[in-house]
Amino acid sequence: MHIPDGLINAYTSVGAGAVAAGGIGVSLRRAAQTLQERQAPLAGLVAAYIFAVQMLNFPVAAGTSGHLLGGVLAAVLVGPWAAAICVAVVLVVQSLLFADGGVTALGLNITNMAIVGVFGGWVVFQLLRRALPATRASVVASSGIAAGISVVLAACAFVLEYALGGTGGVSVGTVFAAMGGVHALIGIGEGVITALTVGVVLGVRPDLVHGAAHLQGPPLVLQGAPGRRRGEVG
Amino acid sequence: MRTSSLRMFLVGGLLVAAGLALVVSGFASSSPDGLEKVAEDKGLLETARDHLFADGPLADYQVAGVHNERLSTGVSGLIGVLITFGLGMALFALVRGLRSRRNDSEPTRAP
Repeated sequence: MHIPDGLINAYTSVGAGAVAAGGIGVSLRRAAQTLQERQAPLAGLVAAYIFAVQMLNFPVAAGTSGHLLGGVLAAVLVGPWAAAICVAVVLVVQSLLFADGGVTALGLNITNMAIVGVFGGWVVFQLLRRALPATRASVVASSGIAAGISVVLAACAFVLEYALGGTGGVSVGTVFAAMGGVHALIGIGEGVITALTVGVVLGVRPDLVHGAAHLQGPPLVLQGAPGRRRGEVG
Repeated sequence: MRTSSLRMFLVGGLLVAAGLALVVSGFASSSPDGLEKVAEDKGLLETARDHLFADGPLADYQVAGVHNERLSTGVSGLIGVLITFGLGMALFALVRGLRSRRNDSEPTRAP
């Protein structure tokens, strides 16, 4: 899912860079307001975990692989604002140190995976979570399904960027059909990995799962304290 | 008590991430991912340029000088996990710091 240099023209790359910078800027400010003390180190761990699992390409079709994007996984664990920052940190490290994802395409890649993947997937997660009963199983299922859909959303964001500034001579429809099909398959892997990871963390430390805060009983403090247990002093 | 168990969780999680990057990454599929494959098949890579840091010491998840491919991938992954963890911890500590300064009512506790 990492776009190399030169695939999308400079204007579109700069535009996506502005979207990425704006999105991460807002995320930093909102994370500063909402991130709880125990979530800060967890967010660092989430970034490291996403880096690791993004290396684990799984085969999806003949000669094609997919890997985790991690946006919904991060959002369910630490909330969407910190999640966008987590994924952006991973993308910056990958591009600058591992030559994975073009340097001039960093704005495009952050837009697709850290903004569209995280916030698009988070909206889907919230809709599913509210529609389903308030149980752990619902949180796990909602995470998995939203994660799968987030991959297709990120792929659609690439197609939009290609439509705006693709340098190749292939029609947008052709790229859309090819991207959509393979990323629906990759989305299944994303969903499985996300559901498994969320399930494990819910089993070990349910209080650390931002997306399961509604299962933790009434919060002690009204604002900005999801998941805080009764009697626990901040 | 809860604080120490959070530390245990973090250490455990970091070990899992390090293990995946160091060991399991060597067994990952080496086929191109969805976007790369589409770009290859549809001829989009004709305009693609080589990566600016294609000659970097960790480029393409290989450590320069380590010739066993699986080991090279694993070690590069471990380095990446540690760098990402450090960068993430530092950044989020900074983000939390912004809040503590603004919000004096919340007492901060030693980690």
